[in-house]
Amino acid sequence: MLIETRGLTKRFGAVTAVEELDVEVGAGITGLVGANGAGKSTVLKILLGLLEPTAGEARVLGLDVTTDGPEIRGRVGYMPEHDCLPPDMSATEFVVHMGRMSGLPAAAARERTADTLRHVGLYEERYRPMGGYSTGMRQRVKLAQAIVHDPQLVLLDEPTNGLDPAGRDDMLELVRRASTEFGISVLVTSHLLGELERVCDGLVVIDGGRLLRQSTLAAVTQETPVVAVEVDGDVGALLPVLVEAGLTLRADGATLLVRVEDDAALDTVRDAVARLGLGLVRLERQRHRMTELFEEPVGAP
Amino acid sequence: MTEQTRAGTVIHDIGYRHYDGPRLTTRQIERALFTETVRAAFGWGRSARSKVMPLLLLASTCLPALIICIVISVVPLVDEVPGGYPSYPFSVQVALAVFVGSQAPAVISKDLRFRVAPLYFSRPLSRTQYVRARYAGMAVALFVLIALPLTILVVGALLAELPWREQVTAYLTAMGGAALHALVLAGIGLLIAALTPRRGLGVAAIVTVLLVLSGLQATVTALAEEFGASTLADLGGLLSPFALVDGTLGVLGADDASIRAPGLDEGLGVLYPLLVVLVVAGCYALLVRRFRKVGIG
Repeated sequence: MLIETRGLTKRFGAVTAVEELDVEVGAGITGLVGANGAGKSTVLKILLGLLEPTAGEARVLGLDVTTDGPEIRGRVGYMPEHDCLPPDMSATEFVVHMGRMSGLPAAAARERTADTLRHVGLYEERYRPMGGYSTGMRQRVKLAQAIVHDPQLVLLDEPTNGLDPAGRDDMLELVRRASTEFGISVLVTSHLLGELERVCDGLVVIDGGRLLRQSTLAAVTQETPVVAVEVDGDVGALLPVLVEAGLTLRADGATLLVRVEDDAALDTVRDAVARLGLGLVRLERQRHRMTELFEEPVGAP
Repeated sequence: MTEQTRAGTVIHDIGYRHYDGPRLTTRQIERALFTETVRAAFGWGRSARSKVMPLLLLASTCLPALIICIVISVVPLVDEVPGGYPSYPFSVQVALAVFVGSQAPAVISKDLRFRVAPLYFSRPLSRTQYVRARYAGMAVALFVLIALPLTILVVGALLAELPWREQVTAYLTAMGGAALHALVLAGIGLLIAALTPRRGLGVAAIVTVLLVLSGLQATVTALAEEFGASTLADLGGLLSPFALVDGTLGVLGADDASIRAPGLDEGLGVLYPLLVVLVVAGCYALLVRRFRKVGIG
């Protein structure tokens, strides 16, 4: 386990920011989801050893947050939500300096800065002052400074906030690459669940400082016995044929969600489509979606 | 061509590489930040534009020393350094004030204004270590600014074959004074810079505070001497950082501190070194407190 908390509690006077939190975070990408004020940033500060918990304990990379703060901060990367780039510095100057501050020797900092900026997709512009960068480029530099020292774990605070849909997709793709290609585990916070499910392997949901739900992707997005069928033509004609063949199904717009208990059912669908002279556009096994976790259970299709 | 493999395919991306080389201890990181601060104060490693101001000011503190050197080597009758060593910083105080004013914000306000500080504090250094490295770096930059002309002076004096024992003693005393100046001015400058994150404001505030205090001190001392209020004249020096260090040198026994009035070393004189310690310790403590308030989120 990269992160482990047990009975973690933080109170500020009368306000309880985090209450009795038991969380386990493993390798890969984990989403920390909660509304604004749910206690996400308090959790991050505790994990970085910057805020002493009122009760309970937390371990990051096997280190105790109350006693090993400096060592944790040397092995973990952090990308804040807010802007943090001096406009008169170039990305290269900035990331080299931040690499030094993370504990890299001078030569290694320069070498890794060049590599890291290239990996996050910043090329010629890295020599220009950051004041002229687009929001997307700024996010890339912020990510680069968080991973320049090759941490085992990186904490990303709302990395998609303030980005347009395209920028959001780029950022999430980068987060995914950080985990799969760079081998750096990620804890990413967001107040939007929908966007995290595309990249996360696990999920922790907190509300009012309490743990609402915790799950791993394996459990969340395992395959279901439901297949989505899309055809090029009249769905209305296909539906009664499949019902007649004894399949359980439900129409969802132009898509039919068909329950298939065995491969024979798939053959039935294929044959029915062929007999009606329709084009088969999609035949896809459905996975559980993370969002379902937070919806009322729906009845059988 | 070196990137071309034998098959003729070009390697575009060698993939992500992990780092398993040595890592610095927090003490070494603190030293790296200290070095960066000294360099930043002189615009070293930054754009040409950020070098102009500090180098101009370094030139203007050194120029009088060079002129004095030329004078003492050309005019055979001069047998001592005009003005003396310890009072040299006092005579170039405008340049020093402008240096602190322009560089302290460049060193510290940037971290607050652009919210870079949270990035430092999410790294191994503690807030105290951060402040210590910044303070020490700024003080060393100022020390260089004062010590360089003093060194030019002593080299010039020795080349002109002035009595070396006197010269070296006075030079070493002045170097002690330079260290005190550096600590006091860096403390005041960084504290004001940390309280005024907007750059223009910080520059103006620091220069104004230092020069107004100097003016006030000169006026009070002059008036007090005019009216024969010797106690007030003695205490007037406490008003300005430059006179304060000058007076401290006088109290501690340097021969030619410029504002040293008769009787200063009896009783009231002790206030000078005390206030120096108070200013340095106070500025440091307030800086640490200021940065403790910086959240990371």
